[in-house]
Amino acid sequence: MIFFVEAIASAILIFGGVFLLIGSIGLTRLPDVYMRLHAPTKATTLGIAGVLIASCIIQSYRQESLSISEWLITLFLIITAPITANMIAKAALHHEIAPIHRTQGQELIVTAKDRTPPPSEAKED
Amino acid sequence: MKPTKFRFFPMPFHTFLLFTIWLLLNNSLSAGHLLLATVLSIIIPWGVSSMTTERPRIQKPTLAISYVFLVLKDIISANFSVALLVLGPLKKLQPGFVAVPLDIKSELGITLLASTVSLTPGTVSAEISEDQKWLYIHALHLENSEELIQEVKSRYEAPLKEIFGC
Repeated sequence: MIFFVEAIASAILIFGGVFLLIGSIGLTRLPDVYMRLHAPTKATTLGIAGVLIASCIIQSYRQESLSISEWLITLFLIITAPITANMIAKAALHHEIAPIHRTQGQELIVTAKDRTPPPSEAKED
Repeated sequence: MKPTKFRFFPMPFHTFLLFTIWLLLNNSLSAGHLLLATVLSIIIPWGVSSMTTERPRIQKPTLAISYVFLVLKDIISANFSVALLVLGPLKKLQPGFVAVPLDIKSELGITLLASTVSLTPGTVSAEISEDQKWLYIHALHLENSEELIQEVKSRYEAPLKEIFGC
């Protein structure tokens, strides 16, 4: 029985680890700060969730009672990850960090920084 | 702000939430932790209840639950699609900024929408215009900005609007 549980936990661990690795690869590979934001907010949520679920399974089996604190960590992560991403994006906008050349809609960066409506809309008003 | 009458349980829901989360974090039901959880969950709301702002109530609980599952499903598919984009050829990626017009009015609704956008496929919310009518989004791979705007509006904003009834 323990082998069966450990096999499942290991599979989930590997699954989570692969996503964490992809998130880190994304951080180094992607060219500008706005694109880099995507890798840690997305790939990492599933990666961490995988590691935590594996921990939950093993702990529940060892203690013979359901271990739920891992789920709380996952929940907090889902709540905080987008806020962190938003803050980094804001900081990048205010430092006027230029995105790579082929980025579309670059005219929106100025209005986003000033928190005003987009330029096309302002003309219509 | 007008001084309000002292209430023993100013935020009953948060009292309950604090109580359960304290016990869950400690993973125990011992007498000591039960006592600590009770004391903390009663005292903390006294201090913070004056800081809360008016929040819209959830009008449609069943829709809220199905929304949570929709977002969870999208988080998983987001992970796969971003993983593929990250590992694939970077030259082909077409990043871009998009401004999404917002119909939703409540602050909580906008916060939830922005967070959902950040967690779901290929998009991160960057900024909100001061009049709370535009949400600026950065997309990792933008093929058609109109399509993206429509998708955000119909897939996430419409249900959120319905849930909070605003």
